[in-house]
Amino acid sequence: MNDNPSVDGNAPNGGAPILAVETIGVRLAGREVLRNVSFAIGPGEFTGLIGSNGAGKTTLFRVILGLQAAGSGSVLVAGRPRARRNPLIGYVPQKFLLDPDVPLRTRDLVGLGLDAHRFGVAMPSRARRTRVEEMLEAVDARAFADQRVGSLSGGEQQRVLIAHALIARPRLLLLDEPLANLDLRSGHEVVALLARIAAEQQIAILISAHDMNPLLGVMDRVVYLAAGRAVSGTVDEVVRTPVLSELYGHHVDVLRVHGRVLVVAGEAGELAGASDQAHIHPQVEVIA
Amino acid sequence: MSPLLAAIFAPGLFSSSLVQIAALVCAVVAVVAGAVGVFTVIRGQSFAGEALGDIGTTGGSVAYLIAAGPLWGFTAIAVAGAAAMELIGIQRPRGRDVATGIVLGAALGVAALLLYLDTVQDSTTGATFTIVFGSPFTITSSAIPLVIVLSVISLGLILLLFRPLLLSSISPELAAARGIPVRLLGAGYLLALALAVALAAFTIGTLLSTALLVGPAATALRLTRSPTKAVLTAALVGIATTWLGIVMAYDSYDWYNESGKSWPVSFFVVTLIFLAYLLAGLPNWRRRRASVTSTDALTRA
Repeated sequence: MNDNPSVDGNAPNGGAPILAVETIGVRLAGREVLRNVSFAIGPGEFTGLIGSNGAGKTTLFRVILGLQAAGSGSVLVAGRPRARRNPLIGYVPQKFLLDPDVPLRTRDLVGLGLDAHRFGVAMPSRARRTRVEEMLEAVDARAFADQRVGSLSGGEQQRVLIAHALIARPRLLLLDEPLANLDLRSGHEVVALLARIAAEQQIAILISAHDMNPLLGVMDRVVYLAAGRAVSGTVDEVVRTPVLSELYGHHVDVLRVHGRVLVVAGEAGELAGASDQAHIHPQVEVIA
Repeated sequence: MSPLLAAIFAPGLFSSSLVQIAALVCAVVAVVAGAVGVFTVIRGQSFAGEALGDIGTTGGSVAYLIAAGPLWGFTAIAVAGAAAMELIGIQRPRGRDVATGIVLGAALGVAALLLYLDTVQDSTTGATFTIVFGSPFTITSSAIPLVIVLSVISLGLILLLFRPLLLSSISPELAAARGIPVRLLGAGYLLALALAVALAAFTIGTLLSTALLVGPAATALRLTRSPTKAVLTAALVGIATTWLGIVMAYDSYDWYNESGKSWPVSFFVVTLIFLAYLLAGLPNWRRRRASVTSTDALTRA
């Protein structure tokens, strides 16, 4: 009685899942935001959480992080119910606004990733310093290690936040729309960096985006979210006309144009959250 | 001693027990205000600090009427005010500002009556002046233990909570995702703020307490990049400005001697803090001007 069109069940590639989301349902202010969402992510897998604005991506992240209680279902991290402070999960938020006069250098923010939950002032130690230097190196941030975070560009801030999340050695990294406010080149750099981290350090990555195209070359799997329901699998399994039509509950066309994927709805007026996409034809709207 | 040094450090300055007490209390309070103030500026809560200082006027005037130490009055009402702010909550910023403004107005209205009663009781305006503008030279040694205890609690809280408080101040979302209890930390910080404001009100007055809280911290933010250096710098700026203010106020006994009194210490301290803030902005201002000039030159060339 699963009303999600499931392509491959919940079995990820490569052994026990690091994250298993099982039949999650969330109602907010009487509105059903997530309905029976299930998927799993294996160690080191690069997964895209794709959906337009309002599809429930941020709510799903909040459930995984334990900041939002789910009405039904469960979240398992490395096979166990998620704890409130879970060192296995690293998180990179979407909005990060810091005034340029806030006295916080790149290296301070990265260091806070290691021990912000501890009491007291950080005691300088060689081990701590070495670890911070390693992370700065890993995200290519040494050039601005001593600059204030508030004075960095959007792409540089994303890299620092990734280092902040990675320094505690998580097994799973969640990134909420990291490409939303970046120019194409910075976005490409961030995606390449994440793909390298996933491959080299076997850290699973779950990255939300409203446009899947920048992620096409690197995604192992996609979780496609529409109107609170989800379908997961490889890109070739999921991003197909019949699968997405069933998910949306009406006909959509999946077009491949010069290596890019366009998801197009026939009846534009019925779809919410697609207003930021370009119109191809008066009766046709690109929705992802 | 050379004539110049003698002119700056007037005879009797170092041997006066009133000056010694004032210097000790001001230094301790400046360190606390500097540490707390850095977080106040980062969190954008200067208005909360100002409000807690202002309602200190009500607490101080009650304490004066019942002949208790003014610091007790400042502390009691600042802690009560901070608790009220916490209960009002942080969900709706506009609602919080309105509520703070209304409670602040009511408290100051009561203060107007109490200060009037203080004045009638005393037949002088001394009480009002001491409460609103402070008077370090009238602090007695009996007040020192309470100053130390409050300072240890306030500074201790800030140092204990330093890392989680820093992360939740720059990004509540990031801190919450790490499992840090953001709301509880905010309450702990508010308590530290209330005590720091009460101490600052005790030294330079309820009306000027924000200057000691925010001024050295804002100066430090212009001079340093790291959070720990900002706290140390703010503490040093606080000590330097209060001590220099005390020296200048002591000198002013000779400037205008018909009353036989010195100019208010608070005037000197607040003016020095303001000057320090302006001076700290100078390098940045010159750099910006230089870059504007070079761009002009480029455009013309």
